[in-house]
Amino acid sequence: MNLELLTQLTQAFGPPGHEEEIRAIIRDIVSPLADSVWVDPLGSLVALKKGTGGGKKIILAAHMDEIGVMVTYVEEKGFLRFTRMGGINPLTHVGGRVRFADGTVGVISVERREDFSKVPTLEQLYIDVGATSREDAPVKVGAPAAFMRPLVQQGRRIISKTLDDRVGCYVLIEVLRQMQAIADDIYFVFSVQEEVTLSGARTSAYKIDPDMAVAVDVTGTGDTPKALPMAVEMGKGPAIKIQDSGMIAHPAVRDWLIAAAERAGIPYQREILLGGSTDAAAMQLVRGGVPSGCVSIPCRYIHSPSEMIDIEDLEQTIHLLVTAFNPA
Amino acid sequence: MNRDTLLELLQTLSNAHGTSGDEIEVRRALRPYLEGHVDSLRVDAMGNLIAHKKGTGTQALRVLITAHTDEVGMMVVDHTGDGGLKVETSGSIDARLLPGLEVRVGKEALPGIIGLKAIHRIDDENVTAIDQLTVDIGARDRDEARELAPIGTRMTFATTAHPLGRLFAGKSFDDRAGCTALVALLQGAPLPFDLFGVFTVQEEVGLRGARVAGYTVAPDVAFVLEGTIADDLPKEEEGSPTSQVGKGPVITVMDRSYIADPRVVRYLVQVAEAAGIPYQFKQPGIGGTDAGTIHLTREGVPSITVAIPCRYIHGPISLLDPQDLEHTIALLRAALEQLTPEVIRRS
Repeated sequence: MNLELLTQLTQAFGPPGHEEEIRAIIRDIVSPLADSVWVDPLGSLVALKKGTGGGKKIILAAHMDEIGVMVTYVEEKGFLRFTRMGGINPLTHVGGRVRFADGTVGVISVERREDFSKVPTLEQLYIDVGATSREDAPVKVGAPAAFMRPLVQQGRRIISKTLDDRVGCYVLIEVLRQMQAIADDIYFVFSVQEEVTLSGARTSAYKIDPDMAVAVDVTGTGDTPKALPMAVEMGKGPAIKIQDSGMIAHPAVRDWLIAAAERAGIPYQREILLGGSTDAAAMQLVRGGVPSGCVSIPCRYIHSPSEMIDIEDLEQTIHLLVTAFNPA
Repeated sequence: MNRDTLLELLQTLSNAHGTSGDEIEVRRALRPYLEGHVDSLRVDAMGNLIAHKKGTGTQALRVLITAHTDEVGMMVVDHTGDGGLKVETSGSIDARLLPGLEVRVGKEALPGIIGLKAIHRIDDENVTAIDQLTVDIGARDRDEARELAPIGTRMTFATTAHPLGRLFAGKSFDDRAGCTALVALLQGAPLPFDLFGVFTVQEEVGLRGARVAGYTVAPDVAFVLEGTIADDLPKEEEGSPTSQVGKGPVITVMDRSYIADPRVVRYLVQVAEAAGIPYQFKQPGIGGTDAGTIHLTREGVPSITVAIPCRYIHGPISLLDPQDLEHTIALLRAALEQLTPEVIRRS
């Protein structure tokens, strides 16, 4: 477990459409490992590990972007109103901090409410950057910001902001590092704008025109108090996607992953996610259709600033993918 | 184009009727203004009007600019025994606006009035739902109504455009204002690259025409011209106007359909500031535009929407400031003239 790398990845700035910082970090890491590296028109980073020939074209995708907010209005007294970039929940953000691209830090707070029993709406929240006036505010309308929260390792667990989906990026980097040369060309796609429209994976997959595509992302768990029933638990191994609300995994891709897990004795879980989807949903529908699937790292508190995963799940996910690609 | 010519064009386009999927009258109105100024003009399978203006070839770029031809309106879905028309909306319209309004029905533009209950007989304050409204075209009975306006007949607001103080009033500035700006750009001198001006269809029902137009043109970068919400009336509380009339072209950083390429945003701001053209940022997160489908075509297209601020869009009369229209054209013209592949290059 390379804690330093995961820390670097989770703490980097990258709201949807503004992935420059995280892209530069990943690019530096993957460039020496891949045969070629490029950036697509919308900003996705692609690292190609060439095969020995005669094989297929396969995409492994993880998204670089993270949920965030964007300033919609600067008030006369310098307070910032904002809207969502991706699925954010007002419940988890009051009292938290955000960081803008230029390093400016803001505190998210909430107007005084008559009824404290109700969850505030996004419109009742504001960001305080300590400005004294509109003119004094260091950021303007249209500025994106990302949540702040450090990474902590506690026993087998990791708690951090943006494990969704920097942990997927971590998996891709490690798989690329550990890959033996095989017949297939593997395209490691670090996609953009997954949290809003799945735009990056869709357009990169169009360009690559692959024979198969696999997303690596986080998924929810059903193992917390009064959680929505879900047969995925943190610490019980990688979750192999059966379906989610945006995609039904191609049975051949699903079974290829299950076979790899069984071959290597890797614990795995079968995942059905009722709300949410991944880049695989977009890649599946590109051109004439792409057999697609997904491997998920079980993650608690997704889209809150403190997401939680299990280290063993992470390491087994890497092991599963490396096993799947290597000849039996 | 001087202001009089520009407003005459806006007036012509605004007065044309063209709900989503039935934009032929707008295409017909556009053609005379484009012929002689572009190298080719064709209509694709969806009804997009595609103008290709060859460039001097000094910059290796393909650039797409779109504006949508369709407007919100209504469609006949049934007839009543006493000769009335039952309708559904095409695109989003606030039902509260409709009772008592005059409309133009079908290809013959028959006059129609959206039925209004006499105030003397109103006994509640509820808004009449669209399916409770009836459009009156003076038909005697169901048979005559069916003959004059069969099921599927379109209708739009009857408004004709006219000056209003320093402003200009008319229907469907969303997006005939954008169409006007696009015509003006296509009438200009050739650019250093090939320019594809596409007048798209079916934007109001799901950004549909632009999706295939983006695929056909396969551009390196796309600009979408819009008429957008100017929500700038005096408010009781401090709030966030979506955009403001008279404050210049509206750059859309993010709406519900897409996130603008930040490099193109920076580029437009830099061009506007160097040329002394006023500009504003649209309140992020509101509405959707053709950029939402164009940016997703093929391997992805860096895209941006620039809009003319218009009050009261999706209603029977919208207002714009001709100066905003001129500034939008000037900003796009300057941005195109100076555009190089460097702006969108990925290493």
